[in-house]
Amino acid sequence: MARKPISFTLNGNEVSIFVGESANLMEELRRNVGDLTPKHGCGQGTCGACTVMVDGEPQLSCITLAQSVEGRSIETVTGLSQGPVLHALQQAFIDGFAAQCGFCTPGMLMAAKALLDRNPRPSRDEVIEAISGNICRCTGYEPIVDAILIASGQSREVRR
Amino acid sequence: MITVETFNTHREASSALNDRTRFLAGGTLLMRDVNYAVPGIEHIVRSLEPLRTIRSEGDSVFIGAAATMLDVINARETAFLAPVSRAVGGPAIRNMATVGGNLFAPSPFGDFTTALLALDATIHFADGRQEEIETFLAQRDSGRRIVTAISVAPPLSGSFLFSKISRTKPKGPAILSIAVRLPSGGQEARIAFGAMGPTPLRAKAAEAALSRTRIDEQGIAPVIAVATEGLAPADDALASQWYRRQVAPVHLKRLLLGGQR
Repeated sequence: MARKPISFTLNGNEVSIFVGESANLMEELRRNVGDLTPKHGCGQGTCGACTVMVDGEPQLSCITLAQSVEGRSIETVTGLSQGPVLHALQQAFIDGFAAQCGFCTPGMLMAAKALLDRNPRPSRDEVIEAISGNICRCTGYEPIVDAILIASGQSREVRR
Repeated sequence: MITVETFNTHREASSALNDRTRFLAGGTLLMRDVNYAVPGIEHIVRSLEPLRTIRSEGDSVFIGAAATMLDVINARETAFLAPVSRAVGGPAIRNMATVGGNLFAPSPFGDFTTALLALDATIHFADGRQEEIETFLAQRDSGRRIVTAISVAPPLSGSFLFSKISRTKPKGPAILSIAVRLPSGGQEARIAFGAMGPTPLRAKAAEAALSRTRIDEQGIAPVIAVATEGLAPADDALASQWYRRQVAPVHLKRLLLGGQR
């Protein structure tokens, strides 16, 4: 299969790889780059487990043509923590038991980061809307919504 | 093996289209087919031309085909379409899905196109030609043309209504969607349904009834009575065609009466 060379920034680091011609970004991040945080859930843009940020906006890597991210900036959960210091969202997810099996967690974290980056103090409804494209089948959504509110420096009792 | 060819402009990409090629816009529909190895996709064509501009020109708003649902939400010129864009997918999908791509979305997708149909939008193609949206939709699946822009006249204040009915909120594919332009100020009545046919369709009998009545429960009764005339819903995993026909008049009535009933 023909492969095409592309370069992009992944969590602040320059990456240059050859990608499959019709391969999606999630496959290439996992198999080619070795970043296993975007999860392969549905492969059709429905579950949100593969959510990454592209140029600061959430995007579903399983339905993103890999070669279309040439020159763009990609963020995954791998880039959230600073060494041993977890991001506030990661810490809140741990403290609030917002992950059970953990499969949806990377996508939830990236969707939440995209929200907090543009809206540091969201309402509960805004949090629910921000993760509306991310499916969780075991934790339940309330601990996740609570964790995102707490990571934003608010109480889980924040107004709807 | 699927090959991908990238062009600098839509016009160049247009010349590469044939029966075995598909044009890649935001990717939300085509890439899922690629991932699932849906037969018939051999060659993908894409363009690097950044057609995302949204601008007012005369009485119309021009929306670049590559403008995303998020672009529509953020642009002042398309404030009347923002509630429609918000009904499409979750935030990540809205950041990827394009206005041009939505025109080709198979049922039950295509909520944005349903709104454009009710607003009598005009479709502009890479070869310089343009077409009314209803004509375009009637031959959508047989044509091999690339859309570059959509132009639409903003509705008069308070005359445009939209509703999407889905099983999961705030996100979920449509059981059906409804867009209405009320008759006022010289604008004719339009009622368009999404997911009630292979493409969004106008309910022309209901439009005719709406154009000669007042908006109250008694006045719209003739509209509701013919709401599904000419529509052709299908069975899918979300709802049967029978169910869609049963609930469409109910939701049209609620929309026209502002959720009162």
